[in-house]
Amino acid sequence: MAVFTRPRQAFVIAGVLGLALSATACGTGDDKKSDKAGSAECAPYEKYQGNDGKKVSIYASIRDAEADLLERSWSQFTECTGIEIAYEGSGEFEAQLPVRVDGGNAPDIAFVPQPGLVKRFADAGKLKQLGADTKALAEQNMPADWLKYGTVNGTLYGVPLGANVKSFVWYSPKTFKEKGWEVPTTWEQLIALSDKIAASGMKPWCAGVESGDATGWPATDWIEDVLLRTAGAEVYDQWTTHQIAFNDPRVVDAVDRAGTILKNEKYMNGGFGGVKSITTTAFQEAGLPVTTGKCAMHRQASFYANQFPEGTKVAEDGDAFAFYFPAIDAAKGKPVLGAGEFVVAYADRPEVQAVQTYLASAEYVNSRAKLGNWVTANNKLDIANVASPIDKLSVQILQDKTGVFRFDGSDLMPAAVGAGTFWKGMIEWLNGKATAPVLQGIESSWPK
Amino acid sequence: MEFDFADEQPKLLMLMYGLVAFVVVVGGLLLLLDVVPAWFARRREAQLVAASASGAPLPRRSKPREGILAIFFLLPTLLLLTIGLVVPAIRTMLLSLMNGSSTNWVGLRNYGWMFSDDSMLRVLINTLVWVVLVPVVATAFGLIYAVLVDKARFEAVAKSLIFLPMAISFVGASIIWKFVYAYRGDGDQIGLLNQIVVSLGGEPKQWLLESPLNTLLLIVIMVWIQAGFAMVVLSAAIKAIPGDIVEAARLDGVSPWQMFWQITMPSIRPALIVVAVTLTIATLKVFDIVRTATNGNYDTSVIASEMYNQAFRYGQNGQGSALAVFLFILVIPVVIYQIRNLRQQREG
Repeated sequence: MAVFTRPRQAFVIAGVLGLALSATACGTGDDKKSDKAGSAECAPYEKYQGNDGKKVSIYASIRDAEADLLERSWSQFTECTGIEIAYEGSGEFEAQLPVRVDGGNAPDIAFVPQPGLVKRFADAGKLKQLGADTKALAEQNMPADWLKYGTVNGTLYGVPLGANVKSFVWYSPKTFKEKGWEVPTTWEQLIALSDKIAASGMKPWCAGVESGDATGWPATDWIEDVLLRTAGAEVYDQWTTHQIAFNDPRVVDAVDRAGTILKNEKYMNGGFGGVKSITTTAFQEAGLPVTTGKCAMHRQASFYANQFPEGTKVAEDGDAFAFYFPAIDAAKGKPVLGAGEFVVAYADRPEVQAVQTYLASAEYVNSRAKLGNWVTANNKLDIANVASPIDKLSVQILQDKTGVFRFDGSDLMPAAVGAGTFWKGMIEWLNGKATAPVLQGIESSWPK
Repeated sequence: MEFDFADEQPKLLMLMYGLVAFVVVVGGLLLLLDVVPAWFARRREAQLVAASASGAPLPRRSKPREGILAIFFLLPTLLLLTIGLVVPAIRTMLLSLMNGSSTNWVGLRNYGWMFSDDSMLRVLINTLVWVVLVPVVATAFGLIYAVLVDKARFEAVAKSLIFLPMAISFVGASIIWKFVYAYRGDGDQIGLLNQIVVSLGGEPKQWLLESPLNTLLLIVIMVWIQAGFAMVVLSAAIKAIPGDIVEAARLDGVSPWQMFWQITMPSIRPALIVVAVTLTIATLKVFDIVRTATNGNYDTSVIASEMYNQAFRYGQNGQGSALAVFLFILVIPVVIYQIRNLRQQREG
């Protein structure tokens, strides 16, 4: 048997070469030092200094253009402090984060948009408590409502970051002006206007709940918004925490009322087909017919402004704008449904705490807001830094002390319901299933 | 936008690390596998030379040393199997007896849930429909096609046409078929199926919304992909039928029908079984098609996709694990049958 064969020699060479390469490659870390530290523009960042050359990883669901803005928003911070932020956005964030955390590969910081998920990690003992500086800053800058959503068993884990307002109905100010329609301010006016538009031959509403993995969520927002209006914030809180059954009669009422619009063939679904087309219409496309005159109204959050094609004027006198989704019962006030993401930490190294503190600071929120398309509940946000009219309106609503603000209910519930049966149930409901069995099914799936 | 290599440096570096690691690991393994047996061979050679030189009787090959050699070869496999298969399987079984966050034991509650929950029963029934239909239909298509094109003109072209979908990933195929089933409310239909319906004077339909039709439409996707595989294997088996048998049958004056049932079918039976078993296992695990086309909505979910949702999206590790264990149990009899079958063939 020939011992020294050609292939074997090749493998020996390749193996040795490989080892040598990997050994040298490890030695070439870039030792980038910040040289700007100490200059005038870095003055606000002095308190974060002393972590030069350290690395902090951030994991979130924000991708593409918005992620670029995010990375630009903290560029000054990284330059002045020398803390390098490695940002990673993923479309599979909600499913991958638990896998990474359980696998011992947790990011240093995650932006979690669901308080329910924050609770899950806090209960499992995976999250680190906030540092003293971060906590003090958060309590100083954030509304108490919002801090409550980042708190689990009395400990604050999540600092609110971005926010959005969901109680909006998108419409076209131009079309409304041409046809002589008035923006409705009560539920009766809203229904009267819908009937009037339907009689004119145009479909008054359009909706779409297709969203890939998350198909169904826009419909849950409808239910939550209506429930806040018919039953009030107190019942809403009991509902999201399962102190009352998911299929409580008051919830059934709210769903049926939402159904008078969503499941009404005369109202739905401008430009896409009948009621059933709601489940297969992508939520990103669903509101676009507002600008082409195929439907008149589309209930969707403030961030929908980003969906309109370039050149669309989103303003009070433009091609598209939004009005407040009217209250139903004056006694229940003017409730606002919203959502946002929370900054949680899986590590408590000083540089991680520095980043977390920075993200709660006035410098950060204003730096991010200046780049556009962003809103936060942080009350240090200077409204002058918010450019677009719809963001301005959202900030006003968020900072309005008299408003009744509630967080997106499905994000507060355990994922099995909030990201599972509630979404699925809404799809079945829109496809023609009756309210009672749908809600009964969701109720029975609540984790015990 | 121009592609700048300097900007992509970290990624390229990462890629290079990956390549290097691959070469080191694979090269190292191959090196080991080459060096160790060669070392034994040389020893043996030296012993033989020494023995023949001294004129003593040849030393007997000692058994224990061979055992060591066998263990050396088995060790990496056993180690990887333990890490990658045995430990996770045991862990999954334990998790299936615990609650959603894996903190408390709940006994068989997760299994109870699986067989009592309405939507879960729907999932089990769907999986059954898949497992019954896909192997049967795909094998039948493959067989008919293989027989029809056998020795026909342009056989190679005809075969590659039906084999092409095999080259497309399940996700890609599902996206293609989603376009076929696509629906547009008013205006022009972009979906092939609806366009055909419309041009025949019918009303366009939202195909993927209607249960149980939608499950059948998803099964079509799987059949479309897998029929090529069945056809290739069966065609090879048909070609392997000894020519003298076929000739003898011809001399006896069989009809084509008799030829198919009396000669072809018995001869290719082992290949048929292999195809059916392989397709059954692949179908039990089907996940990509359902997830891409409907994401399990509209009553189309199957065990594998539901397992993923429960464990990774809803945080219900117990229920997800119970589904995984059930899927495992379903695959076992198929695998045992396949192994027995292979053993019989080898003996026969």
